[in-house]
Amino acid sequence: MSGHVRSDPPLRVADHPFFQGADPAFVERVGHHATEATWEAGEFLFHEGDPARSFYLLFLGKVALELGAPDRPKLTIQTVGPRDVLGWSWLVPPYRWRFDARAVKATRALVLDAEVLREAFEARPEDGYWFLLRLVPVIGERLEMARLQILDIYGV
Amino acid sequence: MASERMAAPAEAVPDPFLPLPYEVVSRTAETPDTVTLVLRPRPGTPPLEFSAGQFNMLYRFPLGEVAISISGDRTHPRELVHTIRSAGKITASLTQATPGETIGVRGPFGTGWPIDRATQGDLLIVAGGLGLPPLRPALYEILAHRDRFDRIEVIYGARSPKDLVYYDELQTWRSRPGVRFQVTVDAAGRDWYGDVGLVTARLPDTRVDAARTTAFLCGPEIMMRLTAQALDRMGVPDRAIWLSMERNMKCAVGLCGHCQYGPSFVCRDGPIFSYRDVKARMMLREV
Repeated sequence: MSGHVRSDPPLRVADHPFFQGADPAFVERVGHHATEATWEAGEFLFHEGDPARSFYLLFLGKVALELGAPDRPKLTIQTVGPRDVLGWSWLVPPYRWRFDARAVKATRALVLDAEVLREAFEARPEDGYWFLLRLVPVIGERLEMARLQILDIYGV
Repeated sequence: MASERMAAPAEAVPDPFLPLPYEVVSRTAETPDTVTLVLRPRPGTPPLEFSAGQFNMLYRFPLGEVAISISGDRTHPRELVHTIRSAGKITASLTQATPGETIGVRGPFGTGWPIDRATQGDLLIVAGGLGLPPLRPALYEILAHRDRFDRIEVIYGARSPKDLVYYDELQTWRSRPGVRFQVTVDAAGRDWYGDVGLVTARLPDTRVDAARTTAFLCGPEIMMRLTAQALDRMGVPDRAIWLSMERNMKCAVGLCGHCQYGPSFVCRDGPIFSYRDVKARMMLREV
């Protein structure tokens, strides 16, 4: 990570499509602990196996989600970009990333603290429910995409 | 009336079952299993005029013939372009054809892309895998008349970067002003800086006005179905979504029934269909 920046204008949680329609108090609470970050092309947001401590709201750039196996080059299985969210491994034990995330080009995001999010969900389960209702479709979409990739639809 | 008809001079109707001889003038390897052949009519064979989206039956002597979409520029009817993937005995042999050899051509057959219906609005083209070749003639035509359309966007998906066809032309199209061209692949190594994911994942990035958009889709049927459903959710009218269907075509003139698709024959009534007309059929387990 290139470091946290406070450029003008700062990124706001409320401006990301994922949080459209969220309870303002919830947005304010998670936003209070959010930090802004940038990565240059080639830098990693996280590596597979690392502790998963953040939820990323992407505003700019492109991030490749990579899988690897011994003696095989890394394979990008998906790219995500502006308006996308990244990461849910922080939501369920063992809280470890399941893939690498590498910036393909200069990337700017808001980084939400996973512990703050989990505490917020514990304190107000309705916020957690709202959050899951937003996140599950994203997960479902990516699962469907992965299934179709396995089908190799262009290869048959 | 009957006598008038009988008195009319007989017109020379080309026999749709007779393959006409074409010479292979060039062969370009697009991917490890896909080539583009440029064919020219042998002396005595008239040039073949076609509409974007139509197909020909290519006869590889003595193996037989297959239906292959036309992928060239219709303003150059003396140059017939076909992009062929090696997927069976005949197509494998066709991809090995070299300049100077003769290939039999029957056609053109089927319906074309309704390009005129897309004017005065936005146009979205979504191609997957070898779905780009049947759309290329439409792209040529659309780009030649750019001013007739508002926003034009193209999304092209392939299995991997090495499976992208027309690679050099893609760079030209992508750098052309007035057309937004997104390319995505299913998986890639670190030498790929583009998008990775299905074509449907690129749809939220499009800037077309859904209600005024005409969409042309071509690719694997499951890709077209998911894309059409996503466009439906975006608000693109189902009557404005057009798909190129693929079935096993034999006679190409609606007689043999090999390409029957519900109440339609793909060779005669298609291959281009309106999503409004086929969306119920696309959800059937077997048709």
